[in-house]
Amino acid sequence: MRIGTLKQSYIADAALFDSHTQKTWLGVGTALLLLFPFMASDYWLYLACLVAINVASATGLNILTGYTGLVSLGQAAFMGLGAYTVAIMQTRLGTPFLLNLVAGGIVAMLGGLVVGIPSLRVKGLYLAIATIAASFITHFLFANLKLTGGTSGLSLPPAQLFGLALDTSFRLYWVIVPVTLLMVLGAANLFRTRIGRAFIAIRDRDISAEVLGIPLLRYKLLSFGLSSFYAGVAGGLWAYFFRVVTPESFPLLMSIFFLAAIIVGGMGTILGGILGAFFMTMVPELLKLVFDLLPGGTEMTVFLSPVRTVVFGLLIVGFLVFEPHGLAEVWRRIRRFFHLWPFRS
Amino acid sequence: MDWAYLFEIALNGVASGGLYALAALAFVLVYKATRVVNIAIGEMLMIGAYLFFAFAASFSLPIWLAVLGAVLGTGLLGAVVERTMIRPLLGEPPISVFMVTVGLASILVGLVEIVWTADQRRLPEFLPKTPVMIGDAFLAPKVAYGSLVALVLIVLVLLVFRFWRGGVALRATASDQAAAYSMGINVPRVFSLAWVASAMIAAVAGIIVGSIGGISSSMGVFGLSVLVVVIVGGLDSVLGALVGGVFIGLVEALAGSYLGGEYKLLATFVVLVGVLMIRPYGLFGTHEIERL
Repeated sequence: MRIGTLKQSYIADAALFDSHTQKTWLGVGTALLLLFPFMASDYWLYLACLVAINVASATGLNILTGYTGLVSLGQAAFMGLGAYTVAIMQTRLGTPFLLNLVAGGIVAMLGGLVVGIPSLRVKGLYLAIATIAASFITHFLFANLKLTGGTSGLSLPPAQLFGLALDTSFRLYWVIVPVTLLMVLGAANLFRTRIGRAFIAIRDRDISAEVLGIPLLRYKLLSFGLSSFYAGVAGGLWAYFFRVVTPESFPLLMSIFFLAAIIVGGMGTILGGILGAFFMTMVPELLKLVFDLLPGGTEMTVFLSPVRTVVFGLLIVGFLVFEPHGLAEVWRRIRRFFHLWPFRS
Repeated sequence: MDWAYLFEIALNGVASGGLYALAALAFVLVYKATRVVNIAIGEMLMIGAYLFFAFAASFSLPIWLAVLGAVLGTGLLGAVVERTMIRPLLGEPPISVFMVTVGLASILVGLVEIVWTADQRRLPEFLPKTPVMIGDAFLAPKVAYGSLVALVLIVLVLLVFRFWRGGVALRATASDQAAAYSMGINVPRVFSLAWVASAMIAAVAGIIVGSIGGISSSMGVFGLSVLVVVIVGGLDSVLGALVGGVFIGLVEALAGSYLGGEYKLLATFVVLVGVLMIRPYGLFGTHEIERL
């Protein structure tokens, strides 16, 4: 049982990590993240980078959907904007890597602001479908503009950082994971500020929020902008990771994937975005491992992709029906058990 | 400007719009009664088409029996979906229910790919093959007869829901759930009814769409256009579904022939954004007034 956590100041109460146990685990987690690249094989490093990119984007969507209550199916489109910006700047201008990432984020943010405009007039599912429109319009632009290289897309050289080419998963890991951590930390802190609190107020009841003096126009657009900035940076990382960007890289299904990730993880919690993105990225890989173990060998592999599709759907439905608050809630329950042990509430 | 050509294109657009209207009707039915946005409507269409394919081609049943089987089978699916996925979520926020239907769409696509693989298939021919001429305009026979069937079915459905007891119960539930409850209407049963009826209509629409363009596991994309139709028409308006269906059919046909095939979806979605900006609740939808 956890005792002696009496807080004596407001700052202590609002701290992100408030107990020694949490800080210890944080230390252990950091150490693991630092050691991981030296122990894991290339395949696992590849997965780790992919998970980190997805975490960044899912956290962005969580700001918009989980915290501000604006359902968006355009996250992949914003990632696409970021990825294309990065690809174009890298190939045409050759500007440095980190600058490109930020530029990708800013371009996606501008896109997000444009898509966010209807959110002032429409809400809920009307808005979700308006964002689907964004995803088709960006796809059309990517496929038909000269700048974006048409349907064959763009391929880009490995990123350069301090004269080092980031061409392996091992090297990219040291860029992608810190950037993601920074973004997640930023999101966690956002909800301790006035802006973040305003987002939450808008989610809970937007009319009440307006009555309380929160300008809806400004804050809804801000939420869209922030969320797409995250998506844009994640898209930029994606572009450097896969090094080829095509219009088909960012389908509507990817937007659905992110929405599913935050639902499975738990909407409106930072931990939820992380757990959800991790879980949803790893499940298809786990299925592949299971399929490799199954007898029947190559004949069974044709079923892999449809089984993944079914499992993806089942996870969404199952979590919504049985565990609507997602993995974050499961995590909270486990934690509570240890907090109260050996007593039970 | 070639007027005859324009007329022909418009006619084709209106005809395929009839199919949109039919599918949109299935969508609006569920939305009106249960306030569920069923994004899996395209996938339900697909299930109807594949069941028809299984009955007609694999078991080689006569066409009428296969249609009946497909409609009943999809209706059963609707009932099961309502019971296992939608009812447990009564009272949850709309986005949860919306996401459940997204999950459902994914499950259905996966199941179809497991059973029938992702390859494109052709449905057995059963629509008459003589070309239809209206004035000088040529109309592909499948499209013409398909939209004729759709039209007949739409009228039939509207009549049924106007005069049949169950239909009245459904409309009562749609206009005021609590009042319907207190008048002795079994609201949960109405929910099931709405889903079954919607699935059945979707199955017919799927069979027609499949026999025009073939069936594949990506047929659900049709559902996206249907979604645009209902948003443009207004989610809870039957009239909106019909007008929106014809309108979007027209827009797609015109964009497809004057601008090029890749502009089809773009044009529909640009129309969608335009309508949303001007009339956020669709052309005929109810403007909901919020109170604190």
